[in-house]
Amino acid sequence: MPRTMSKKSSFLLRILVPFADVPRWLIVALGIFIWILVALGWVYLTYGGVIPPLFLPPPGAVMGKAGDMIVDGSLYKNTLSSVQVVLYGFIISSIVAVPLGLWMGTYRVVQGLIEPLVNFIRYLPVTSFVPLFILWIGIGLEERIAVIFFGTFFQQLVMISTAANSVSRDLVNASYTLGTKRHEVVWHVIFPAALPAILDTLRVTMGWAWTYLVVAEMVAASSGLGYMSMKAMRGFQVDTIFLAILTIGALGMLMDQAFRFLHLKLAPWA
Amino acid sequence: MAANSSASLAIEDVTLRYGGNNGVLAVDRVSFTVAPNEFTVIVGPSGCGKSSLLYLVAGLIELTGGRILVNDRAVDRPGPDRGMVFQGYTLFPWLTVSQNVEYGLKRKKIPSLERDVIVEQYLDAVGLYPFADHFPAQLSGGMKQRVAIARSLANDPEVLLMDEPFGALDSQTRGTMQKLLLKVWEQSQKTVLFVTHDIDEAILLGDRVIVMTARPGRIKADIRVDIPRPRSMDLVMEPEFIQLKRRILGLLHDEIDEEH
Ligand SMILES: Nc1ncnc2c1ncn2[C@@H]1O[C@H](COP(=O)(O)OP(=O)(O)OP(=O)(O)O)[C@@H](O)[C@H]1O
Ligand SMILES: [Mg+2]
Repeated sequence: MPRTMSKKSSFLLRILVPFADVPRWLIVALGIFIWILVALGWVYLTYGGVIPPLFLPPPGAVMGKAGDMIVDGSLYKNTLSSVQVVLYGFIISSIVAVPLGLWMGTYRVVQGLIEPLVNFIRYLPVTSFVPLFILWIGIGLEERIAVIFFGTFFQQLVMISTAANSVSRDLVNASYTLGTKRHEVVWHVIFPAALPAILDTLRVTMGWAWTYLVVAEMVAASSGLGYMSMKAMRGFQVDTIFLAILTIGALGMLMDQAFRFLHLKLAPWA
Repeated sequence: MAANSSASLAIEDVTLRYGGNNGVLAVDRVSFTVAPNEFTVIVGPSGCGKSSLLYLVAGLIELTGGRILVNDRAVDRPGPDRGMVFQGYTLFPWLTVSQNVEYGLKRKKIPSLERDVIVEQYLDAVGLYPFADHFPAQLSGGMKQRVAIARSLANDPEVLLMDEPFGALDSQTRGTMQKLLLKVWEQSQKTVLFVTHDIDEAILLGDRVIVMTARPGRIKADIRVDIPRPRSMDLVMEPEFIQLKRRILGLLHDEIDEEH
């Protein structure tokens, strides 16, 4: 690794070199710092009386609510229900989108067939399909899963297809000269070559899946974090809404870490 | 090295035009034959169609006219009988060094124990056995190219196509690689088609040097190199080497001057 800065230059100068490595402890410290900053801001705005509790509940109220809902088991029940919806929708979507996206990116004919439809559907607002899903599927778990699926599948398809299509042609050519047959290319070359990008796509779309949760639980749900905050909205229980939001965010962070771990295990080279 | 097979190669009136009838004429009615075990070097100005010619022999692109025969069989698709080392890096990034070398052997369904022996043998030959478990991203450019060469050779192709394999290397590494390639070639006896920009390299390695014209690529000269083997780097000082080099440089400069 070429060093562009001399050892003598100050610490501040060194960490501001573009793309420079920064000590691990600093990254952790920065991550904690930003949360402390947000928490302090929250404390100041609420307990300082800047914003009335009707609009922004103080941390104590949200924590008290969390305590209540943990004790009576409702936070756990709602969380479990939402995780179930998101995971089912996301996994079903991914299982179809990964192979189909690989074929789309590899075979122009498959792309020619599917892309015009996908590019149309991709821009339709998911919300507008909720009444139709209720009409077609009913108001059970399946309907909520369908909403998540609809929100993620078409985005995944386009991103995975692009990843497959950007695989170096000479990588494929090299595999041919080593005896790979045409029909083997998708599995032996395109898939592993695109795997890091596919994992990134899954990680990003997992985030999007969570953002559709409230849409999915807006109507016709009787549990879930989205449902919980919708119901709280009617009673102006801002602390409950905050609790739901914080829980969704925490779960998202957890899933993100899980995907980083998965990347490390499945694609250690990239 | 294992006993090897090698093939004769016949390029007959081969023409290549990119992008339909009004496209770029890259290769224009090129004909030559290469005997089994012969080391043929192709030189020519940049963009004259050298890579294109190798891609045609590999069967990776379709020719516009003429035909290419390997052991009297017309080339119509790529296959492991024609190995290729590419101008850019083409190692599989998701496989370790040893898995890269093993790749073609797996496609051929060679049993695992046998594969291990072959992989070790060729990694040893290119001096990369200690890096067997590294990923390509952890290697230098020269090391990557050595793995690519080992990967092609381990697959035991009849024809070896090499597109400026040492182009990105510094002159020292390049010298080591040339020696290595000659050693391996002398032991394995393959038909080699080798593209380079470097005239010293061309004379040092080749049984003959084919000089191509600027685009569209045609054959300008086909020069036999009658310097006995084994050849060493010291040759570059010998009068017969210098004479040959002058001649080839002269031919090339004519082409480059005409372009401007
Ligand atoms: N895929 C392509 N589509 C259209 N034209 C191409 C394509 N590939 C190459 N060409 C054209 O064909 C000509 C020959 O290209 P080629 O890569 O064979 O040259 P080269 O002799 O290998 O050059 P270099 O020494 O720089 O590697 C070039 O002028 C280039 O513009
Ligand atoms: Mg080239």
